Amino acid sequence: MEGAFGPPPDRRDVGRMMRLAVLVKQVPATDKVKIDPETGTMLRTEMEAVINPLDLYAVEEAVRLKERLSGEAEITVISMGPAMAIEAVKDAISMGCDRGYLLSDRRLAGSDTLATAYALSQAIRKLGPFDLIFAGERTTDGETGQVGPAVATLLDIPVLTYVSKIEEIGDGRIVVHRAIEGGHEVVESPLPALLCVVKEINEPRLPTLSGKIKARETEVPVLTADDIEADESMIGLKGSPTRVVKIFYPKITREGEIIRGDDPEGAVDRLIEFLRERGII
Amino acid sequence: MKLEEYRGVWTLGEQRDGRIHTVSYELLAWGRSLADKLGVELATVILGHNLADQVQELIYRGADKVYVVDHPALAHFSVDPYARVLTALVREYRPEIFIASATTTGRTIMPVLAAKLRTGLTADCTGLDVDVESRQLLQTRPAIGGNVMATIITPNHRPAMATVRPKSRRPLPRDASRKGEIIFKRFDEKMFESRTRRLGFIRDETAESPVQDADVVVAGGKGLKDGRNFDMLFELAELLGGAVGASRMAVDMGWIPYSHQIGLSGKTVTPRLYLAIGISGAVQHLAGMSSSEVIVAINKDPDANIFKVSDFGIIGDLFEIVPLLIKRLREIKGKEGEGK
Ligand SMILES: Cc1cc2nc3c(=O)[nH]c(=O)nc-3n(C[C@H](O)[C@H](O)[C@H](O)COP(=O)(O)OP(=O)(O)OC[C@H]3O[C@@H](n4cnc5c(N)ncnc54)[C@H](O)[C@@H]3O)c2cc1C
Ligand SMILES: Cc1cc2nc3c(=O)[nH]c(=O)nc-3n(C[C@H](O)[C@H](O)[C@H](O)COP(=O)(O)OP(=O)(O)OC[C@H]3O[C@@H](n4cnc5c(N)ncnc54)[C@H](O)[C@@H]3O)c2cc1C
Repeated sequence: MEGAFGPPPDRRDVGRMMRLAVLVKQVPATDKVKIDPETGTMLRTEMEAVINPLDLYAVEEAVRLKERLSGEAEITVISMGPAMAIEAVKDAISMGCDRGYLLSDRRLAGSDTLATAYALSQAIRKLGPFDLIFAGERTTDGETGQVGPAVATLLDIPVLTYVSKIEEIGDGRIVVHRAIEGGHEVVESPLPALLCVVKEINEPRLPTLSGKIKARETEVPVLTADDIEADESMIGLKGSPTRVVKIFYPKITREGEIIRGDDPEGAVDRLIEFLRERGII
Repeated sequence: MKLEEYRGVWTLGEQRDGRIHTVSYELLAWGRSLADKLGVELATVILGHNLADQVQELIYRGADKVYVVDHPALAHFSVDPYARVLTALVREYRPEIFIASATTTGRTIMPVLAAKLRTGLTADCTGLDVDVESRQLLQTRPAIGGNVMATIITPNHRPAMATVRPKSRRPLPRDASRKGEIIFKRFDEKMFESRTRRLGFIRDETAESPVQDADVVVAGGKGLKDGRNFDMLFELAELLGGAVGASRMAVDMGWIPYSHQIGLSGKTVTPRLYLAIGISGAVQHLAGMSSSEVIVAINKDPDANIFKVSDFGIIGDLFEIVPLLIKRLREIKGKEGEGK
């Protein structure tokens, strides 16, 4: 853990509470997911669910930043999902976040990434302002990675994707490393900003017992579409430009020549012949 | 929104350090089939600096039109100016389809652009087709850990936008006789302003592995039993003029770096030959290699899933087969050497 928090904060960092937000999504715990063949949306009932594993890195980074700022920060967790997603919010609180909100309303069901991002941006407007918003790289169910950049765009703040390190923060600005093809890009941005963090950024902690107790005792208010003053035409299926029209299981087969290798020499000779036929050697 | 006001297929060209990147040509291969099916033009838009002498190549690779925006502020990807310029271009020319590669750049700019244009975006597609009658773009992508494939449409918004997995399709052969139009677009300086600033770049040689550009990929899995046995695969890859890939199991065991991982959470490859050795063929692995031209598998389990996707397979012990194969290839090379 040595040096994991970076250099001690300089004077400018302290003195003002920084307001941080973390976006977390609850996802199915297993790969076995049921999909509604009619709407193409996920059936969430009777399924074990967990906080999106990649969101733990976002939570951890927010908590580390708070520690780096000698506690001069407040962390708000925001999640959108069914009632049971309150558990994901509590998990984040048990890791060190201060409070959490669940955005839950039947009218939000079936939201694609744009409708999800719109609802989250409305919640952020309502609960904010925030100096810095953390999101995961992507989820393990929808797996698009589109929500973070879309939320930032709807809030009209800069988005920094693939963030693998916070180099500096203070004075209304942040310097980060972005893990991109071929290396790391160092980028500076003014605050407020939204960061989508990658796995490389840290090693998420396990919740402590006192963290768990705090999470159990913390009340997580549930917000409806009305609470966030959402435009009804922008949420749920109605507000989603994309439609899942078909779900199927990957089936890729080739009718190849499969031979037994009881006679290894003969098998390799036949393989060489095959590679010659195909013009590979 | 009047859908019929939107016509044509667009791809987002990509450049890195001032050189057009091959993902741009892969996208043109996808775009060409869509545009031909719809009977419309295929255009590429590319943003960068000092690109003028390279953009003709995009025509040779399938574009009918190339929109070039050349400005120092576009030399490296930057969200603000890219988003402003692309939004303006889409509003002016109204393509019905706009696709980009699912690189870190494509995955960043496309959701920003889609949110600005309030249209749909499908992530990381491995298949794209159009329904000619309805003119809908059929976007197919793996989701939920590769366990399902979903086909997604954007029924009432345009452009229909998608990112496409790099290497999910080979570029079209270069055709220097192709003709097309190159249009340099100019914008007000204000369009190029950015809230963020690039301070530097730390190159990491290990972050790139040659596996994505190789014509032959020799991949090893858990069946190799030990990291040292990968030496065999490197030798085989060298004899075949290729690179070494691996399953996630092999990477998780620490036998080979992550940059070699093939599959859903690793690289996608489409080599001429994919040789899977001691790999069972889990769906997540197949997601990264099933479009290879020729697939050969060596596995001791006759029921291994990998055989279902193979053009040629040997049911046997890799520790017997691979050394023999290396020996035979060496002999062949030796003979070729003598013949010269
Ligand atoms: C099989 C399948 C395929 C799909 N494909 C697409 C598609 O291509 N395009 C599309 O627009 N929609 C698609 N969807 C819908 C999409 O999954 C939902 O819109 C979902 O609400 C958010 O997308 P995501 O899970 O991909 O999140 P991502 O964009 O991968 O999430 C990135 C980060 O955003 C934050 N975040 C995301 N969702 C929430 C939330 N509910 N609450 C709080 N924070 C959140 C988290 O920090 C997360 O780490 C698909 C759904 C299914 C079932
Ligand atoms: C969300 C998610 C993402 C994933 N992403 C990826 C990914 O990107 N890439 C990936 O590869 N996997 C991925 N996986 C993991 C995947 O499900 C499999 O676990 C993995 O591919 C198995 O690796 P393997 O084939 O090497 O090992 P195994 O499945 O253990 O197969 C080993 C094979 O070696 C054979 N064998 C053993 N000894 C010999 C011998 N002496 N001679 C010949 N054959 C022998 C066995 O018969 C067996 O078929 C992912 C999983 C999830 C859930």
